[in-house]
Amino acid sequence: MNTIKNISRRGFVKSIGLASGGLILACNTSIFSDKEIKPENLINFNPNLFVQLNSDGSLTLVASRSEMGNGVRTSLPSIIADEMDADWTRVSVKQGTGDSKYGDQNTDGSRSIRYLFDPMRKMGAMAKSMLITAASQKWQVPTNECSAENHFILHSSGKKIGFGDLVEIAKTLKTPDENSLTFKDPKDYKYIGKHLRSVDAEDYVLGKATFGIDKKIPNMKYVAIERCPVTFGTVKSFDKTEALKIPGVEKIIEIPRIERPFGALGGVAVIASNTWAAFKGKEALKIEWNLKDNQNYNSDKYMNEITKNVHKNGKVIKDKGNINKAFKDASKIIESTFQLPHLIHAPMEVPTATAWVQGDKCEVWASTQTPQSARKEVVEYLKTTEDKVTINVTLLGGGFGRKSKPDYVIEAVIASKLIGAPAQVVWTREDEIKHGYYHTVSAQYLKASLNKKGKVTGWLHRFALPSISSTFVSGVEYASSGESGAATNLPFNIENHKVEIGKAPAHVRIGWLRSVINIPHGFAINVFADELAYEAKKDPLEFRLNLIGEDRILMPKAKIKFNTARLKNVLKIAAKNAEWDKELPNGHAFGLAVHYSFFSYVASIVEVSLINGKVKVHNIFTVIDCGIVVNRDTVIAQMEGAAMFGLSLTYYGKITAKDGAIEQGNFHDYKILRINEAPKIHVEIVESTENPSGVGEPGVPVIAPAIVNAIFKLNGKRYYNLPLTDHDLV
Amino acid sequence: MITLSINGEKHIIDVSPEMPLLWAIRDIIGLTGTKYGCGKGLCGSCKVLLDNSPVQSCIIPISAAQGKEILTIEGESKNLQLLQESWVELNVPQCGFCQPGQLIAATALLDKNENPSDTEIDDAMIGNICRCGTYQRIKKAINRTVQLKKQS
Repeated sequence: MNTIKNISRRGFVKSIGLASGGLILACNTSIFSDKEIKPENLINFNPNLFVQLNSDGSLTLVASRSEMGNGVRTSLPSIIADEMDADWTRVSVKQGTGDSKYGDQNTDGSRSIRYLFDPMRKMGAMAKSMLITAASQKWQVPTNECSAENHFILHSSGKKIGFGDLVEIAKTLKTPDENSLTFKDPKDYKYIGKHLRSVDAEDYVLGKATFGIDKKIPNMKYVAIERCPVTFGTVKSFDKTEALKIPGVEKIIEIPRIERPFGALGGVAVIASNTWAAFKGKEALKIEWNLKDNQNYNSDKYMNEITKNVHKNGKVIKDKGNINKAFKDASKIIESTFQLPHLIHAPMEVPTATAWVQGDKCEVWASTQTPQSARKEVVEYLKTTEDKVTINVTLLGGGFGRKSKPDYVIEAVIASKLIGAPAQVVWTREDEIKHGYYHTVSAQYLKASLNKKGKVTGWLHRFALPSISSTFVSGVEYASSGESGAATNLPFNIENHKVEIGKAPAHVRIGWLRSVINIPHGFAINVFADELAYEAKKDPLEFRLNLIGEDRILMPKAKIKFNTARLKNVLKIAAKNAEWDKELPNGHAFGLAVHYSFFSYVASIVEVSLINGKVKVHNIFTVIDCGIVVNRDTVIAQMEGAAMFGLSLTYYGKITAKDGAIEQGNFHDYKILRINEAPKIHVEIVESTENPSGVGEPGVPVIAPAIVNAIFKLNGKRYYNLPLTDHDLV
Repeated sequence: MITLSINGEKHIIDVSPEMPLLWAIRDIIGLTGTKYGCGKGLCGSCKVLLDNSPVQSCIIPISAAQGKEILTIEGESKNLQLLQESWVELNVPQCGFCQPGQLIAATALLDKNENPSDTEIDDAMIGNICRCGTYQRIKKAINRTVQLKKQS
């Protein structure tokens, strides 16, 4: 029992302040809650929440963020292991459940490494410090004569002892003061900044990886839900006769709508003994709906409305200099209007969650990007307390922002509560496409003035798009200031700059999708800047570098600075890698785009051909500056993947609504890029000692504008709206 | 009763003969490596080999699989194993969800064609969507496997 006391005493990392202000490790009393202190744990050394060293030397490190292809189950533990001087081959990774003791676990916004790089280093440094102290006690030598190397503590005399052999002493030690910790010199990093293979790679290829949809519990029922075609419509009545005739269908129940941002949409649920029966039962239901307010949503008409709203004055959110004077004095005025459609995430794994409600307790297994939000929602729905709700995070078969919204978790909890058995809610692909949280539809109007020398003197950017805030607060009709992004923080050296927002109420749920607002803004700004280069009769690369202008810090009050020198640098390197000035084969052209998002700098140069009226992308040269890199291979993979994501939306991405219902339903009408369309991606990462910044998302926004800019060189046409299938180019 | 032979093992199951092979494999037999992605034969996540030919198990009823040999990602085949090694070596998967289907499609390709051209690789893999966009690495991993086989 003595050991339990010591374990309890160790939870002292009260708070670790972060540059980004995000993380508090609240483990003042105990690292493990009582139920987790099992007899087998007593032989372990648990210096903190994230590290468990066993006496055989095996080391378990916790990944607190969700794995969805972003590589966090490899990168986060590797930071701890490196700082601890642990042997990576002795490490196994444990997934943290949804619990505020781990700090912020919301795996979105490209911030896992950004938020956790320093805290994970502290976890490793703390463990190492205690192992050194343990060895010094064992050997009766001063700690400064001891050092750590590859899972051993070494003494200056040459003797050494394995980490595992120090567990008995280490677990009796007090944890060191955070301020006493010392950190490795970055040049000594063994894992950070190198290529590390995913810890899950073998499970993935052997079919052994457990995703949300793979969870099986004895007596678990499979659940499919038919939801109203119109967002927020409700069930008027339903006939379950035919559905109940399907073999395997056991019960039909109504799922209430929970009016919360991440609440269930509501509908009619088919409870079955297998997924197929649940899907078939859903098709056989006959339901009358109260369609309600959104039934008049027609996306074509809506696009016209928001376009009108950017062709008149809007709410001013930035007004630098005197735009009217700039326009009046101009030698040339250029105006363009951009229109982009809704998109949907389409992760290969549809939203899926399994829940087991027993009394006031509930356990959930879900592929979720945000287990703490899920926990909060479950607590709220069951009117219970956090300690009674466990959210287990499975692997995610893709997320892209869809799984940041745990509405499907609540559906599973409701179903389990109503049927008194474990319930697995599986969305069909059609459900995923028709009932999601959509990337916003947008209209943007840009107007600029050039003087006689071809210099840009004024820049007006007006946009209208339904806000993500509308999902959280009803009645929101304008984008929030957070959604002004690059429109406001335009990295161009222009004296007169005005930004306005037009009205755009939402008629579907609007949500985050990989790179979010940077898709519309990155597109409009990069295409328009290219257009200005043409009007100024300048080379687009030279023009753009001049437009960004002298080296300076934008948003100087921000904790992570926006340095225009780094922005120009990525563009210059991309141009060098692509050989921007070289002669390309007939019918081929380069296009460029550069964008700052999630505190990272990305440029892409694409080589595009237009042959027989059809576009083909041959090469993409992407350069990213994301500060310190943890896993090089992950950064490269994310740039490769982001390029494909960007290509998909450029070629095919379009969700439309008619009479409030989404018209697309599966991969035949919501197409995703396929292997034969995949270009070669060449990635370069800028070496940097700056703070780590985003990786998962910033590679996306540059792709569409770079392609459109290349096409202009080939056919002289500028495409202001996507996807390219609408122009018969794909 | 329907008998399915999966990875060399016989399973006798009592479900509707119309049930798609995918759901019999996943929900009845409990092999979850074969994935649901679209239910319409559009994405390839559910691919298995049926008598050595790649099929989308989400649209094949079990009645059509009876009497045939089914290979899933959990099964053993020379080319599958070599491809799995290349996939790991090149760290192909991102989220990993579509990769069983990708590997089955690639296995079917190498079973029939020892030295596929880039176009032949595209043709064999076109039915498999990867939303994470690992296509470039998939191509490299297939080519690596071909090269290793040539050398051995």
